Amino acid sequence: MDLKLGHYNKDGIEVVDVEGEIDVYTAPRLRELLIDLVNKKNYQLVVNMEKVEFLDSTGLGVLVGGLKRVRAHDGSLDLVCTQERILKIFRITGLTKVFGIHATVDEAIADKDK
Amino acid sequence: MATVEVRFTPLPAHVRTARLVATAVARRSGVDESLLDEVRLAVGEACSRAVESHRLHCPAEPIRVALTDDGERFEIVVTDAAPADVTVTDALSSAAPATAGAAEGRMGSALVVDGVVQQLPAGVGLAVIVGLADDVRIVPSGRGTSIAMSWKRRTL
Repeated sequence: MDLKLGHYNKDGIEVVDVEGEIDVYTAPRLRELLIDLVNKKNYQLVVNMEKVEFLDSTGLGVLVGGLKRVRAHDGSLDLVCTQERILKIFRITGLTKVFGIHATVDEAIADKDK
Repeated sequence: MATVEVRFTPLPAHVRTARLVATAVARRSGVDESLLDEVRLAVGEACSRAVESHRLHCPAEPIRVALTDDGERFEIVVTDAAPADVTVTDALSSAAPATAGAAEGRMGSALVVDGVVQQLPAGVGLAVIVGLADDVRIVPSGRGTSIAMSWKRRTL
């Protein structure tokens, strides 16, 4: 399955919906979207990965890049993910300590409000 | 002798094809269903790394993927033709510290533009492979490098 991207604003936080496979072929599209959102001054991001079927280290690199961009503006990039097969790559690479990973979009947004 | 061999030009779009073939052959070979996601991710990492190396050094050369079932183990060997000294240096650059470096802002050999990481170091992909496969061997092969990954078959 190819990559489908969408985004919307909820309570002042930009939520990015990602569906499909994030790999060396599709990751550039997600990178472009994150860069575009940051360029438009969206510094509080939630990336909803509940419909992501595949994620590799190229995709991780895009997420880390997005995180660094928003942090440069005192923002944050949190993830929504409960799928074990996707969480596994975050655990292997130690990136569970870098990203806030939540079970739902509402939980991620609530956590940003704290 | 390999059960299935795939050769593809070093285009990112073909990595998905390699993943699909590897997963299908692994399933047919009797690799446990619970391990198929790991096979898919590991072969994807190895092929992505090979594609990046080929695009830099030898874009006209194909990448080879050999999938072998010897009755006890299922093995995937991804062989590139990029200069071995470059790829082996990438491969053997400490994967775990590179990963930690990415997390802490020390980017190692990551592609960084305007101070922002665009691509994690090659060592991260290798760290993922090591974390997924039962056994991993990274060896020079001809002009390039081979990454051999294997998984035990389930008892049939």
